Amino acid sequence: MSKRLDVVLAIVSLLCISAPLAAHHGNAAYDESKLVTVKGTVTEWLWANPHCFLKFDVKDEKGNVVHWAAETSNPPDMIGHGWSKNTLKPGDQITVVMLTVKNGRPIGRVRQVTLPDGKVLTNESGLANRSLNSSAPPSPEER
Amino acid sequence: MTKRLPAYAILLIVAGLFAICAVAQQDELRMPGAVYDFDKKNETPKPAPKHDISGVWEPAAGYNDGVAATGAKSMPADGKPEHELPYTPEGRKAFLAHKPTFGVTQVEASLTNDPVPACNPQGFPRIVLHNFRTSRIVQTPENVVVLYEFNKKWREIWTDGRQLPKDPQNPTWGPPDAPESRWWGYSVGIWADDYTFVAESNGFDDRTWLDNAGRPHSDLLHVTERYRRTDLDHLEITITIDDPKMYTKPWEALRLRERLQKPSFDMHEMECAPIETEEYNKAIADPAVEK
Repeated sequence: MSKRLDVVLAIVSLLCISAPLAAHHGNAAYDESKLVTVKGTVTEWLWANPHCFLKFDVKDEKGNVVHWAAETSNPPDMIGHGWSKNTLKPGDQITVVMLTVKNGRPIGRVRQVTLPDGKVLTNESGLANRSLNSSAPPSPEER
Repeated sequence: MTKRLPAYAILLIVAGLFAICAVAQQDELRMPGAVYDFDKKNETPKPAPKHDISGVWEPAAGYNDGVAATGAKSMPADGKPEHELPYTPEGRKAFLAHKPTFGVTQVEASLTNDPVPACNPQGFPRIVLHNFRTSRIVQTPENVVVLYEFNKKWREIWTDGRQLPKDPQNPTWGPPDAPESRWWGYSVGIWADDYTFVAESNGFDDRTWLDNAGRPHSDLLHVTERYRRTDLDHLEITITIDDPKMYTKPWEALRLRERLQKPSFDMHEMECAPIETEEYNKAIADPAVEK
């Protein structure tokens, strides 16, 4: 494939995912250069303003349990994306794709969750169209 | 395969990808039960009723089309020269004193002085310049009442012939009312023609921000809203900001096309609750910026 086409595809893909939707709390605390994927166990799913958020436990490479907290968007936006207050419950085994904060704490902003039944829910329009391994900066979607 | 694709092939590919992208996004940008323009691509517009903007309205292009993360939809704080607002020196100083979490002067959530995350009133016009979601317009013989989804707020635009407060810094509807500046201002409206309702507002409390990017206003803010019923299913809303303390000239902040929903369409709840905000700050916002 020509380099010219590569460039076009890259630009279109970026435009496709980068339209800011809703916003209240920005992405300033987050490292937008990469997405992180982890598997974990839900401990709490809070359906709340300004942002719904998820708490889950992940075992690190040494076997230690790390307590993560990852925010999504506000309830109406999440409804618009097919989520509800019953989407997650404690004990659910999930895979989370997220941005993480720059200071290294176990805090994230959810882009996608794979539920125990294999269903995939996103928190960002157009995410399904992009590679999750892409290094392109994802869009801010907040309240 | 040739090493270089012709320009028309590139254009076709780009157009196709945009179409796929647009469809994928539209599929997601939907409140359950709502109807958007992309659902009715080949419809024939029905005539607009006269002197009637009542009903439940949803941004026509998708539920999020009225949500402006990076500042007023027509003038986002994105650093582009054409979106630079005509600040007075006082206006620029006020803008730089604000610490929003979006836009060219954004800070981390825990460092913001934005009044809204702490559940303080967003007031008008921020409610429509920041988070204009589902709304319901109710017309009575005396006024037009607008109910907003965001933070479950409402305001009255009086149509009973009264005039705007003459002194916006000491606003009152007149005796026996005492002067008070208001988060939501004072609003009056008239029908400019059979299909266009125009509202004017002043008398604002200057502690609110205009938008999510921290654009300021003073107690001299004057807002003009135009609601134009273009056909039965559509309403075009424009908002113009005039504030001689903060800006050297008026500027258009919003142009939004809305679509009529069925009367039974139910607004979702989106309420700022301090108890939930405290929990969010403790779990997310504060530790996110700890050194």
